[in-house]
Amino acid sequence: MSEATVADTRRLNSKPQDLTDAYGPPSNFLEIDVYDPQTIGVGRNRFTTYEVRMRESVVRRRYSDFEWLKNELERDSKIVVPPLPGKALKRQLPFRGDEGIFEESFIEERRAGLEQFINRIAGHPLAQNERCLHMFLQDESIDRNYIPGKVRQ
Amino acid sequence: MHLFLRNMSFFGFGQTAEIDIVLNDAETRKKVEHKTEDGKKDKYFLFYDGETVSGKVNVTLKTPGKRLEHYGIKIEFVGQIELYYDRGNHHEFVSLVKDLARPGELSQSQTFDFEFTHVEKPYESYTGQNVKLRYFLRATISRRLNDISKEMDIVVQTLCTYPEINSSIKMEVGIEDCLHIEFEYNKSKYHLRDVIVGKIYFLLVRIKIKHMEIDIIKRETTGTGPSVYHENDTIAKYEIMDGAPVRGESIPIRLFLAGYEMTPTMRDINKKFSVRYYLNLVLIDEEERRYFKQQEITLWRKGDIVRRSMSQQATIAAQRYEGSNPEPTSAQAKEETD
Repeated sequence: MSEATVADTRRLNSKPQDLTDAYGPPSNFLEIDVYDPQTIGVGRNRFTTYEVRMRESVVRRRYSDFEWLKNELERDSKIVVPPLPGKALKRQLPFRGDEGIFEESFIEERRAGLEQFINRIAGHPLAQNERCLHMFLQDESIDRNYIPGKVRQ
Repeated sequence: MHLFLRNMSFFGFGQTAEIDIVLNDAETRKKVEHKTEDGKKDKYFLFYDGETVSGKVNVTLKTPGKRLEHYGIKIEFVGQIELYYDRGNHHEFVSLVKDLARPGELSQSQTFDFEFTHVEKPYESYTGQNVKLRYFLRATISRRLNDISKEMDIVVQTLCTYPEINSSIKMEVGIEDCLHIEFEYNKSKYHLRDVIVGKIYFLLVRIKIKHMEIDIIKRETTGTGPSVYHENDTIAKYEIMDGAPVRGESIPIRLFLAGYEMTPTMRDINKKFSVRYYLNLVLIDEEERRYFKQQEITLWRKGDIVRRSMSQQATIAAQRYEGSNPEPTSAQAKEETD
């Protein structure tokens, strides 16, 4: 009868990692910055735009563009879409003591919220193929009459 | 005025008795811990398939001087499956009876010998969430109005030897354009004190992974056909990677099973229930999204190899020589085969 043997716990063999893979930029490096808020227009027709910057492209978007993207994704994709920063309707009422929606602190708060929103969506595997997302991030302007669908890579 | 009925025991003035079951090899037989239905742990005698169950039934009369009338005394060896949602129906897969006394009366306390020779015990004892499989001895004194009985549970374990074929599990899985991994586990069948050795190789990483873990999941399935019920229980969670991997990285797995409370895999026991185990590989990204791949493994119970110490062997030899142990034959037979 043999003694109880010690189990073999040596690591399984694996391919050594390629050095360019080990030290190159990671493929998951997708960081989107929502940058540089600019208020355009005068008086009642003012609105704020934000720069949406990726590694290779820069576009300008306003809050309603983000709302459009959220609606498209909620309708077409299977993901649970994260929340947008608030619409701040109260801030759009007259007779406020401050600048309302053009108040600096509010714009900064909104900028941070939009940045979090777009990063969470772009990092989701099931949203990455949506045409609306590609258009939002890369096209000069959003064509609201586009044909919804998936992008084949 | 005579107020009592002819059969005095109706008012509790009759004779009653206490039953005690004692195994012949109680001194030498190993005991193991086994969970009871309410989660407590108790020790029971351990038996294997084919072993003889023999002992004595002691009947002790409570009131000295009075006789105990009875319709027969017997002992049964029972193996049964009990589904918790269907308590009334016990499914007996082993049922043996030995008559100890014909109907009559006992005038004094008495001891009866019994032996169930080479009893088949096809399944392992199991106490689960929705089902219980148990073996027990039950001694019964039949009487007109109420029987007196005593049960003694035993635990049965099923042993296996190393499987002839034990291929590794190796698979490539992923989400297109997002995450491709190749996972490998060194075996598909592990014994309860084995080690899972494996690796996860990353072919494509386009998501931001925070960490990766391996879970062991136990799934107890009861019922058949349309009323099948699965009870899942995560027995273990073991982190194997903390941080973000890149393409070409290989993460090792080394998971020792002895630390977890598990049973052997049980498939379709008497067509009543199954207990199966799965390895669940889970990756979690920075947004707490979980990506997972489940894979079944087979668990089996390896027999202990007992190496008796020199002093133990000397004691047994001395007993044999002096004849102080009246039944050396069964003990001898066990040793010789070690």
